[in-house]
Amino acid sequence: MTRIDATFARLRAEGRKAFVSYIMGGDPDQATSLAVMKGLPAAGVDIIELGMPFTDPMADGPTIQLAGQRALEAGMTMDRVLDMVRDFRAGDATTPIVLMGYYNPIYSRGVDRFLAEATEAGIDGLIVVDLPPEEDDELCIPAQKAGINFIRLATPTTDDRRLPKVLQNTSGFVYYVSITGITGAAAAQATDVGPEVARIKAKTDLPVIVGFGITTPEAARAIASVADGCVVGSAIVKDIGAGKPVAEVLANVAALAKGAHSA
Amino acid sequence: MAEDGINSFMTGPDEKGRFGIFGGRFVSETLMPLILDLEAEYEKAKTDASFWAEMDDLWKHYVGRPSPLYFAPRLTEQLGGAKVYMKRDELNHTGAHKINNVLGQIILARRMGKTRIIAETGAGQHGVATATVCAKFGLECVVYMGAHDVERQAPNVFRMRLLGAKVVPVTSGRGTLKDAMNDALRDWVTNVRDTFYCIGTVAGPHPYPAMVRDFQSIIGKEVRWQLAEQEGEGRLPDVVVAAIGGGSNAMGLFYPFLDDPSVRIIGVEAGGKGVDDRMEHCASLTGGRPGVLHGNRTYLLQDADGQILEGFSISAGLDYPGIGPEHAWLHDTGRAEYVSITDAEALEAFQLCCKLEGIIPALEPSHALAHVMKLAPTLPKDQIIVMNMCGRGDKDIFTVAKHLGFDMKI
Repeated sequence: MTRIDATFARLRAEGRKAFVSYIMGGDPDQATSLAVMKGLPAAGVDIIELGMPFTDPMADGPTIQLAGQRALEAGMTMDRVLDMVRDFRAGDATTPIVLMGYYNPIYSRGVDRFLAEATEAGIDGLIVVDLPPEEDDELCIPAQKAGINFIRLATPTTDDRRLPKVLQNTSGFVYYVSITGITGAAAAQATDVGPEVARIKAKTDLPVIVGFGITTPEAARAIASVADGCVVGSAIVKDIGAGKPVAEVLANVAALAKGAHSA
Repeated sequence: MAEDGINSFMTGPDEKGRFGIFGGRFVSETLMPLILDLEAEYEKAKTDASFWAEMDDLWKHYVGRPSPLYFAPRLTEQLGGAKVYMKRDELNHTGAHKINNVLGQIILARRMGKTRIIAETGAGQHGVATATVCAKFGLECVVYMGAHDVERQAPNVFRMRLLGAKVVPVTSGRGTLKDAMNDALRDWVTNVRDTFYCIGTVAGPHPYPAMVRDFQSIIGKEVRWQLAEQEGEGRLPDVVVAAIGGGSNAMGLFYPFLDDPSVRIIGVEAGGKGVDDRMEHCASLTGGRPGVLHGNRTYLLQDADGQILEGFSISAGLDYPGIGPEHAWLHDTGRAEYVSITDAEALEAFQLCCKLEGIIPALEPSHALAHVMKLAPTLPKDQIIVMNMCGRGDKDIFTVAKHLGFDMKI
């Protein structure tokens, strides 16, 4: 059982929805980013998604594009992302960490080496946007073998014919992308999302978490109420990008978490 | 041709869209159903005689195909070696080879019922070709172009706007061709129902590299019969040479000759200020290593951490940090050779071509020509080199004037 599985078991027992937050690793610099990361569990975050910066984030909107640029300009590397995870793990042995990003920095490092280092650092799951099921041999299968969850995105274009293929090698949870579009774009509507989540849940026992387009505590509550939880990214990253103090960033995260947990 | 168990170089890609380890479908889940649809539609069209009849008719009456295969006598004499032929794709409507492919994709888009076309462009040639064909068919057209290129290539931006296209200056990332491609992909992922992404080169997720190659292969097919007509039945070129950014004009010339072992195949990358200098070039094969970007695995200019680097070239059309996956495979198998040519060498070839043959070439084929200038003198006079004159130089005269220190302001 991974930390992700354990977290969902605990939340289920407590009758609570999961609140997942995304921050870009090293944005705006490694120290600030680590300070935010360390404060997330106390702010109510159940699972942390940590972005691996990449020069060409094809699925991201301007907010997360700029976060990646800030991190890279501050000298962020894969080594340093892994260091952040090690530093975090030194003080927190239970909160799951999911690395999220694009394949090339992993491929460039070498999949075997990356998985060995990720396991050692205390990473629990991976979301790699540009690896659909058709490319499962690349990283998904090796990651599962290494004991790391490979969390797949399902989208509004994933029809019933395709859904089994998407679910086949997914573990940890299913990340439902609530809109066709990029991160931080149009707002998701619970009335649209609910039936889609039900459609996925009919085909899998895995928790279904909804992300993209959730920016307020009210939206977090509405979306979490029709799923097993929700993800907020751009709204948090925007605060970090605006240079707000860590305490203020975390206060907003706490409000969003409260929204999700009240569902 | 049997070498290392490879019976033919023309059977790729495999069912996963791979040429060896290169190619593939590295896209987000949202786009995956779209590219599977496209693949199915293209497979249907490929064997549909009415599809090719429509293509042939437009190639002939709208584009002006076949483009001439021209023997360049004064250049040949000056170089003193092999006979130099030029495949005159710069005489196509819109001034470059790009329209060969755009026609195919737009006809396909119409068959699929798509009403909105998006494209990325660097120098603007693919953007102009896409805007042109969209105007012809009354389709909405949106072209993503790096903000820096919008400034550098003002005449092409104006052309696209005259043709009714919306040109979106891309400021994300560093505002270059690769960022324009990122923004086009972001548009596609947002507008999945009505939009067709018309990619301008032999890159991107499967089926684009194979599909664009197939549409551009008209270039090499014509060369085969045209050379036989001029040099005698069965006469093949000894060498074919083409410039490479993403590599679509080169794939179009090379593909029909891949299984003719007597034909030497040479791709010419943009060496910028020199491949030895720190990253002031666009030579992905000579200066890069395999990676994954824009839906495919191929050779990429990248740093040690897998971050993509910007290319540099005098030619905006070659200014891309990757290369089509089939080229990556032809490189690794050794079937094709890849060399690089610097800005300075390309400028010299540009001027020589103007003066000796009365043809103002684009800066992209000037790279191919510069390599021909090195190669021809080393070959016997009975050998034949065919180079692809894939674009005309009207768009480049301002850049060239600047580099030659000529003041264009009157």
